Amino acid sequence: MITVEHLTKYYGSFLAVDNISFEINEGHVYGFLGPNGAGKSTTMNIMTGCLSATSGHVRIDGHDIFDEPDQAKKLIGYLPEHPPLYLNESPLEYLRFVGEAKGLHGAELQNQIDDVLQKTGTAAVKNRRIANLSKGYRQRVGIAQALLGSPKVIILDEPTVGLDPLQIIEIRDLIKELGRTHTVIFSSHILSEVQTICDQILMIAKGRLVAFDTPANLEKRLLAPNEVRLTTDAAPDELRHILAKVPAISQLTVDPDTGKWTTAHISTDRDDIYELSRAIYQAFVPGDKAILEMALKKGTLEDVFIELTESEKPAAAARPKAGRKAAKPAAGRPGPQTGGDPAEGKEA
Amino acid sequence: MAAVFKHELRMYFHSLTAYVFGAFLLVIVGIGAMLYNLQAAVSNFEFVLSFSSIIYAVIVPILTMRVIAEERRQKTDQLLYSLPISTFQVIAGKYLALLAVFAIPLCIISCYPLIFAQFGDVYLPTSYGSLLAFFLMGAALIAVGVFISSLTDNQGFAAGIGVAAILLNYFSVTLSEYVSSTAQGSALALFVLAAGVGLLIHYLTRNDNLACAVGLSLMAVVVLWYFVDSAAFEGLLPSIMTALSLFERLDVFVNGVFDLTAVTYYLSVAAFFLFLSVQSLEKRRYN
Repeated sequence: MITVEHLTKYYGSFLAVDNISFEINEGHVYGFLGPNGAGKSTTMNIMTGCLSATSGHVRIDGHDIFDEPDQAKKLIGYLPEHPPLYLNESPLEYLRFVGEAKGLHGAELQNQIDDVLQKTGTAAVKNRRIANLSKGYRQRVGIAQALLGSPKVIILDEPTVGLDPLQIIEIRDLIKELGRTHTVIFSSHILSEVQTICDQILMIAKGRLVAFDTPANLEKRLLAPNEVRLTTDAAPDELRHILAKVPAISQLTVDPDTGKWTTAHISTDRDDIYELSRAIYQAFVPGDKAILEMALKKGTLEDVFIELTESEKPAAAARPKAGRKAAKPAAGRPGPQTGGDPAEGKEA
Repeated sequence: MAAVFKHELRMYFHSLTAYVFGAFLLVIVGIGAMLYNLQAAVSNFEFVLSFSSIIYAVIVPILTMRVIAEERRQKTDQLLYSLPISTFQVIAGKYLALLAVFAIPLCIISCYPLIFAQFGDVYLPTSYGSLLAFFLMGAALIAVGVFISSLTDNQGFAAGIGVAAILLNYFSVTLSEYVSSTAQGSALALFVLAAGVGLLIHYLTRNDNLACAVGLSLMAVVVLWYFVDSAAFEGLLPSIMTALSLFERLDVFVNGVFDLTAVTYYLSVAAFFLFLSVQSLEKRRYN
């Protein structure tokens, strides 16, 4: 459906997209995941013909976006990061313009407008000025615009940014809904969002594609060993003595000076984390010391993300060409923007 | 193209732009007609058009300032890039909409000579020939305005530069009498102009090599030419300034000559600036 080959984009001497290649098939929801400044928007802008690439190709159903823009663009509906709306118009007028520009007219245009207004839940506000609409509705009008002309692929750039939690849920449901009938590609820097909606995840960091897989497979790729966090009333030495008999332990680290209780991180190299927790539990049974808390740390997508995005070498290599200054500052250090607790604990 | 045309036209009539533009034009032509045709009882309507042409310095920037600058500010240019229409179609649609807005008050104005003809002897061919030239000159200036608007995302800036550019053009004949007509002066001015062309190319293409090559070779040509044949530079600057004046050519029509070279000139200026506007819009994609 979409083939991206060796896509590279320089802004002056700043490398924004670094030799990205991937292929997108029909009928799935794809998530572009990456920290701010990773090159998500740049890649999407190139895929939709809004920006030229320094080198590389993008083909939509066999049509090159640079050589045959008209055919290629007809297959794509695009919502940029800032919804491109004419604030003085009503959604109806706006959609009529976009529909006509996409080559629709007459009854067909009217039907499609009614259809997308209904799909995006904007029918009630279709005659109000866009300037007076809330951000959530503006986003919906932007999505409605992308849906006109029934394109095969819908590309949404950070569609949930700046919305309130309820609106975010609504937009996510809408994306899921669209995923049944269209190929949807959307970008986000919020991990949980991508995890819940997408069939496939493309992780981008510093302009490079660092992973392209299903959420489940990516979780499996987590390299960190499984780990148990234990809080007990036994002193560190007593704890070491109790656990000495447990064979599955590969490493035991006691947190220094945690006050009244002792907290330790115990890792295993075995596959079954429950085997370890069972052995620890049984080691405590004979004595009078107790386990106050035991949490299993399992690999999450968050860990994969942080590991993949931080292990990359800096990609902002200067192009040998002399001349202009960098048009954009270098991307900030990725990672911390991902919401939620990095270690998703699970009580045992 | 039709979609862009309809959309733009609707926008002009939804906002005040079209009305303010039309009102200004009608008021100034009305005042002119009153002064010349009614009070002074002159039967030549073309004098009114010559008198009114200065109003272009105000109304053309009002009309054109937002045409591309506003798209950029609202980020709606992204939509235009992603739609299956070319930048040429976008510019053509916008320009035709501007011409349509411009043509409406002119249609009203075109009734004036007929009305005056009821009360006296009006030589209609000169009146309508001048009206056509008046329209073509406006069309050329609107193309200049579109280009200026495409350079920035600030409407006020686009309007300011537009007023300055049109006023400069209006007064260029007057100014040409004051500039140096010596060979050295002309050569120096051309030298600076060549550097300016280089800078403009640099701004439009962001290509240092191309800008340097064009700028430097033009400067070299000026210097070489000056040493080979300095007599050719005698009075060159004033004559270039006169030749570049759009307003000067309107006077030929007013004097009763239907000047085909002027028509060609107006059309070429319009086409040239529309071409530059397309390039300026394309450039954003290649930055």
